[in-house]
Order: sequence, then C-alpha cells, then structure tokens
Amino acid sequence: MSQVSLRRLAKRFGSFTAVDDVDLDVREGELVALLGPSGCGKTTTLRMIAGFIAASGGRILIGDQDVTDLPPYRRNTGMVFQGYALFPHMTVNQNVAFGLEMRKVPRAEIGPRVAEALRLVQLDHLGERMPRQLSGGQQQRVALARALVIRPEVFLLDEPLSNLDAKLRLTVRVEIRQLQQALGLTTVFVTHDQEEALTLADRLVVMSQGKVQQIGTPTELYERPANHFVADFIGRSNFLAGTVSAPGRFRSRGGLDIAFADDGAGPRGEGVLAIRPEKASLEAGTDAGTGANRFPGTVVFVTYLGAATEVRVRLASGEEVTVTRHNATPLDDPRHAAGDLAPGNPVTVVWPPAAGLLLAPPPA
Amino acid sequence: MTIDIARHWRRWALHAVVVLVYLFILTPVIFIGWISFFSNEIIAFPPDGYTLRWFSNVWEQRVFARGFVMSLQVAFISMLIGVSLGTLAAIAIVRYRFPGRDTLNMLLLSPLIVPGIVAGTALYIFYIQIDNYLEWRLQATLEGLVLAHVMLTIPWTVRLVSASLVGIDRSVEDAAMNLGANRWTTFRRVTFPMMRAGLVAAALFSFITSFENLELSLLLVGPGRTTLPIAILQYLEFKVDPTIAAVSLIQIVLIGVLMLITDRFVKLSRVV
Ligand SMILES: Nc1ncnc2c1ncn2[C@@H]1O[C@H](COP(=O)(O)OP(=O)(O)OP(=O)(O)O)[C@@H](O)[C@H]1O
Ligand SMILES: [Mg+2]
Repeated sequence: MSQVSLRRLAKRFGSFTAVDDVDLDVREGELVALLGPSGCGKTTTLRMIAGFIAASGGRILIGDQDVTDLPPYRRNTGMVFQGYALFPHMTVNQNVAFGLEMRKVPRAEIGPRVAEALRLVQLDHLGERMPRQLSGGQQQRVALARALVIRPEVFLLDEPLSNLDAKLRLTVRVEIRQLQQALGLTTVFVTHDQEEALTLADRLVVMSQGKVQQIGTPTELYERPANHFVADFIGRSNFLAGTVSAPGRFRSRGGLDIAFADDGAGPRGEGVLAIRPEKASLEAGTDAGTGANRFPGTVVFVTYLGAATEVRVRLASGEEVTVTRHNATPLDDPRHAAGDLAPGNPVTVVWPPAAGLLLAPPPA
Repeated sequence: MTIDIARHWRRWALHAVVVLVYLFILTPVIFIGWISFFSNEIIAFPPDGYTLRWFSNVWEQRVFARGFVMSLQVAFISMLIGVSLGTLAAIAIVRYRFPGRDTLNMLLLSPLIVPGIVAGTALYIFYIQIDNYLEWRLQATLEGLVLAHVMLTIPWTVRLVSASLVGIDRSVEDAAMNLGANRWTTFRRVTFPMMRAGLVAAALFSFITSFENLELSLLLVGPGRTTLPIAILQYLEFKVDPTIAAVSLIQIVLIGVLMLITDRFVKLSRVV
C-alpha cells in the first residue's frame, strides 16, 4: 500500500514550471530521497506535500485521503526544516509539546510523550533549555523530536543535514535512518548530496528541471541509469559519443571499436556509451594482448585520493577516459604498481563489454 | 616595541574620543540637573546656595501639573492607536505584495520627514476648516492633539515592527502550521511573541516622541489645554528661573526610568 501518492503533480510560478507532472508512490515505511541539482524543484515538491505551496495541477494523496486542497494544519505530516525552525521563544520541552497541544492531547499525556520523544533523540536532559542554548546538532535533534512526537503519517525532511559539519552529518544521518526504520516512518527526504541519498534511501527520485528523470533503488540508479543525466549525476561516468555499428558493437567518434552488452534497449544509430571509472582497469605497457576492449594510451594525470587513485588516460584515438583503481595493496608491497602511473607512461585501458552502458545522446 | 606604543596611543585616543562624545551629549543634562537645585532665582555661576524650592514651585504652578497630565493622556492614547494601526500596516507591508505597497510605506513614514511646525500649521488650518464645515471642534482639544500625535506614533511603529517582522524566519511559522496550528493560532503563539520586542520598542518610542513633542502641538493647544513641553515654553516667555530646570529634570528622570523598565523586558539595543 502506498502512503503518499503524487499524481501528475505540477507547480508553475508564472510561466516558469518548477515542478512538472511528477508521479510518485511512496510505500508505507519507505524512505524516498528526492535528489537533483539546485533549483530542480525538490523543495517545491516537498512543500506541496506539506501544504505550504498550493499545487498548480495534479493531486496529492496521503493514506487514502486526497489532501491536495487541505491547509498544512489539516495534513498529518511532520516536517524537519533545513534551518530547523525551532520556536526561539519556547524551551525544548515546549517546542516538542506544541504539536501535541494543537492536537488537544490531554495535559497528563503530553509530558510523558515529550519526554519519550526527547529520549529517542537522546536529549531528555536538555528539555528546559532554550533553542539558542543548543548546538546545531542538538537543535537538529529537537526538530526531529518535534516532528516525530505527533506520530505523523508522513515524515518530511528538507536537507536536514546541510547545516551540520561533515562528521556530525554522518552520525545524524545514521540516527535518522535508524529512527525511521525503528518507527516504520514513511519518509520523503530532500537532498542534493548524492552520497547521502544513496546511503539513506530505499529508493531515489532523481529530478532535473522539475521533471523526474528516474525512480529506483540506489543499485538500479547506479548500475542502470535511465539516461545521460542520471548517469552523469549519480556517481561518475566516462562518456564516449559515437554510433552503434552493429548489435553489441559501438564505434566511437575517435574510431574505437567497442564491444558492449547489448540488451536491445538502447538507441540505434547515434548514442553515448557510459563507462564507470571503477569498472575499467589499467595494465602497464601497450601490449595488444587478447580479449575485448583493450585500448592503448598514455597517462595524462594522476590524482591520489587515499582509498583510490584516479588516472586520466588519453587513448590512441584522442579520447580521454578516467579509470579509478583501489589502493588495496600497501605502499611498500612489491605488487603495488605505483611506477606505471606517472604522467606520460604508456598504459592499456581495459573494460569488460558489460561495463559499457548504451544511452541516448543528451539533448543538445 | 614601537608597534606596541602606537597601539597604546591609538587605544588612548579612542577612549578620549568616546569620553568627549559622552561629555558632549551629557553636559546639558548634567547642567539642568545642577541648576535645578540653585538657590538664586536669576541663574548665575557659581550659585549662592542650594534649595529644593523649585521642585515645590513646579507643583505649585498648576500649569505644569495640568500639562503633565495632558501630555500623559495624549501620549498614552496616541501610542495605543499608533501601535495598533502601525502594526497592522507593518504586517501588510512586510508580508503582502500589493500595488501601491512602496507608496504606502513611504506615506506612513513621511511624518518623520516633514518638519513638525509645518505639519502643525497644516493641521491647524485643517482643524479650523473642519470646525467651519462640520462643526466639529478639534483645535485645542484632546482628540485634536491625539489625532496629530498619531501621525508621529505610526511611523515609529511601522519602522520598528517592520524591522522585527523582517527578521522572523518564515519557516518557523510554517513549522507551527505543520504541527497543526491554524493561521490565527500561529500568529498568537509564534509570530506575535517573536515580534514582541519590536512592539514594546515601538510603544516606548511612540510614547516618548508624543510626550516630548513641541513643534507639532504648538498651534493645536489652547488655554488650559496645554501639554507639558508647551507649558514649559510658555513659562519661559515670562521667567527664566530654575523651575524650568526642575521640570526638565523630572521629565528626563521619568523617561529614563521608563526606558530602564522596558529594557528589563526587551533588550532595546537589540531592536532599535
Ligand atoms: N515563490 C517562487 N516564485 C518563483 N519561482 C520560484 C519560487 N519558489 C521557487 N521557485 C523556483 O522554482 C525552482 C525550484 O525551486 P526549489 O526551491 O524547489 O529548488 P530545489 O530543488 O529545492 O533547489 P535547492 O537544492 O537549491 O534547494 C527554482 O528555479 C526556483 O527559482
Ligand atoms: Mg531546496
């Protein structure tokens, strides 16, 4: 059963379409992340679900109720705002109690429920503080407790981690996920940080210019991006433009003859072949060797990233590809082939046919 | 070493300037306070002795007591009206987009720009005309003065309340609505408390501006219906004795106490 459904949801500001016919079903207890570059309409979509922005078209369903025309205070959503939006003139306890008061929960019940919600976010000892006396991370937790205490049907988060420092972001991220799973909360989470989205979400919605580009699990999105935009936005890809010369064969503009796993789904004629940098590998020297997709070239640039090393190679065809290799072997290990990675060295780039994904060329 | 000395001198110079500025501001006040205790009727330095006579004279000169009560009434009523109307206007100006919004804003602030004596003369003529045509007497009445002073209290309120409204993060109100508060409850429980500091400051400044106003009121008072500043001015026309200093000191202390009390509730330095 789906808990939140968006049906051809649209928002226009004058002649500008910020959200363009979005269809989405969020299942009960599922965490869905809205992901996309700045200005793609994530916040607008979320605020329409919460009811702060009226939809220009389409419907919003929560549970089995059509809430499209309801004001925010009649929709049972719990929202966490980017700047936390705590009530500055109320204590932590009063902040968390607010939603219960509005729901006319009996006084005797409010105290224990507030305490329970604060215990959930490990802040039960700070109930008497004012928001300004809390650190950013603590304010964030109060905001979570305040949204959770009302037991919302949908939990909405708009970039809740973006004001935290990098370390704290990781901790709070895990905490949010654990809470969400423990309480079985149906959640829509907005972020422009793809790593955050990939690690947190059951499913992702990739948006661009108000349109949904693809909806899928992290694996689906990474391994089977639906189009050039998604392949480019999620993770990194090498893109080789060219044409499909025969089933399973791709001829790049530079003249490379590439084998790829052809399931017949991609375009015919003009296309783009996407290859993830970590799915290709490097061999020292330029021996022809045997097997598919072996292309000689020269190292142009090496970037050491700690866990991996990124190597930019100019192929004999003139095209450049990036290959990442994991630094699995210790530096002083004889198998650690550091020598062949200096700029100017001849190398051979190799990737299996299954690593190449055929996509339609991006719209010009 | 030389850098240390340079820094030392710069700091010393800064302190000196600060002290000078304060002296410049406070000297008249200090002198007024001092003079109000002089025993000489004709002010002369140094005085022959000190006395509290002028303070009792303030009480005996009924014009001052009456003027004080009149000023208090005018200031209080003008403050109430000005703060109510000004707050509504500020909300409209800050929160809504409508044609003529900028014009309205300018219009509401303009009484601060027009010289009081000019506005006072205009009002005087206007009141006479109203009396002529509508038989409604405004000149030299409480209503007339209040009406005039509302022109002063509205701009202060609009300015101070707008400033505090602009500073309110709208997502805090969104959060209240998200938690189930309707618009009115959101205003009452969230918006209003957040703009309270601005409101208190607006009330205080409205009150003070009205209480000490001279120019605007000058033509709008009449015999027996005079505000304190005008009573002082009229007294000055006949006599220059320390009574004036005593009245002024009382007024200064009163306003000072008012500000201190207000400051206990909202930090004025944060809003103004
Ligand atoms: N009130 C408005 N009036 C006009 N245009 C608006 C309004 N609100 C948003 N937009 C536009 O709609 C588009 C989508 O905005 P939105 O805030 O949803 O983006 P976003 O995906 O959340 O971006 P970000 O990652 O920067 O937060 C933007 O181009 C924005 O300029
Ligand atoms: Mg946003």
